[in-house]
Amino acid sequence: MSRGHADRVATPSQTVGPFFHFALAPDERLGSVAGNAVGERLQLRVRVIDGAGMPLPDALVEVYQANAAGEYGASGFAGFGRLATGHDGSCLFETIRPGRAAAPEGSAQAPHLNVCLFMRGLLRHLYTRVYFAGDPDLETDPLLALVPADRRATLLATPTAGASNSWEWEIRLQGPHETVFFDL
Amino acid sequence: MSTDSRADARSQPPLTYPPYLSNALRAPARPLIKVPGNLRDLAAPVYGYLPVGQADSDLTRQHGAEPLGERIIVSGRILDEDGRPVRHTLVEIWQANAAGRYFHALDDHPAPLDPNFTGAGRAITDGAGHYRFLTIKPGAYPWRNHPNAWRPAHIHFSLFGESFESRLVTQMYFPNDPLFPQDPILQSIPDAAAQRRLVSEFDLALTEPEWALGYRFDIVLRGRHSTPFEGRA
Repeated sequence: MSRGHADRVATPSQTVGPFFHFALAPDERLGSVAGNAVGERLQLRVRVIDGAGMPLPDALVEVYQANAAGEYGASGFAGFGRLATGHDGSCLFETIRPGRAAAPEGSAQAPHLNVCLFMRGLLRHLYTRVYFAGDPDLETDPLLALVPADRRATLLATPTAGASNSWEWEIRLQGPHETVFFDL
Repeated sequence: MSTDSRADARSQPPLTYPPYLSNALRAPARPLIKVPGNLRDLAAPVYGYLPVGQADSDLTRQHGAEPLGERIIVSGRILDEDGRPVRHTLVEIWQANAAGRYFHALDDHPAPLDPNFTGAGRAITDGAGHYRFLTIKPGAYPWRNHPNAWRPAHIHFSLFGESFESRLVTQMYFPNDPLFPQDPILQSIPDAAAQRRLVSEFDLALTEPEWALGYRFDIVLRGRHSTPFEGRA
């Protein structure tokens, strides 16, 4: 890791706890990532499931993504969304399909959203990513290549049956289909 | 048990920590997948676009009258691991009121709500990384983690910093709280010196005479990368 000669040590993380909701900006604002950005509109439902298979109604999900051209931080598009899960353990982001962001050595990453997950019970947040099932770039994505083949499906959103431009993705914290989390 | 390779692992809580009961079904069981430096999403943006007004950092003036409790000033500096100030970054806080009750539908602690205190604030650091809040000292409150469990008084902090990896949610505690030894959330941090970094310092210089006591709480975020991505699209 390129931690350099750090002369200070990062402050420890602590759980977000159960009572963060009233501190958040209004949900309707931050669940709508798309704004006026150009691109293919889509809805992404994220559902969070615990080790007993129960949906978690008190998780906080943050997404960070590139714009349709694969650029981060482009003018007019923050690319950031943040929602708490509801009673069914899910939250719904309205956004655009991100483009292919650059990767080292001139390659490209498959379209994806970066995800930070916080909840009561977690002492540190978790980092993961969500890609789109069927995307032709999945085969060559450098981060997916680090993931054992039999676990890659845990990072794929799938189209919602009977709805256009609607995707769903489950984050499973434990169990045979435990989602892949990353150590950045 | 999940492990990770963070160089500062002893100063961060582990993912799996059985004394904190609600951790049991929520901590991933499999190891995290380590991402090499050149693949981290270096360009992931910094979020800090919320409009922040003056009242957002003064939690005693968000309602018609003053909240009950002991007024305090909480102020400090946000630095990165290389000692550089983190400028113009969003700092969010939330907390219980003086009686130890959160403004939250699911908080059933039988202590009074204060109609003049919500307990949520926002600030943006200045050009030297300083932030400042005026608030009320939060009360301790009971929870059900173990028999007669009480959380030490604390203020939740959320910071974004300058990169995806610098994201931090933590809690600030108050000096000499007798509840520290039995609190699994604080005790989850293996290194005692790292635990102490979450305890604010009483600072007479921050105090406003005849108005509010001052507590200093400095925060260090994970640093920027020294090897930026080449050839971005």
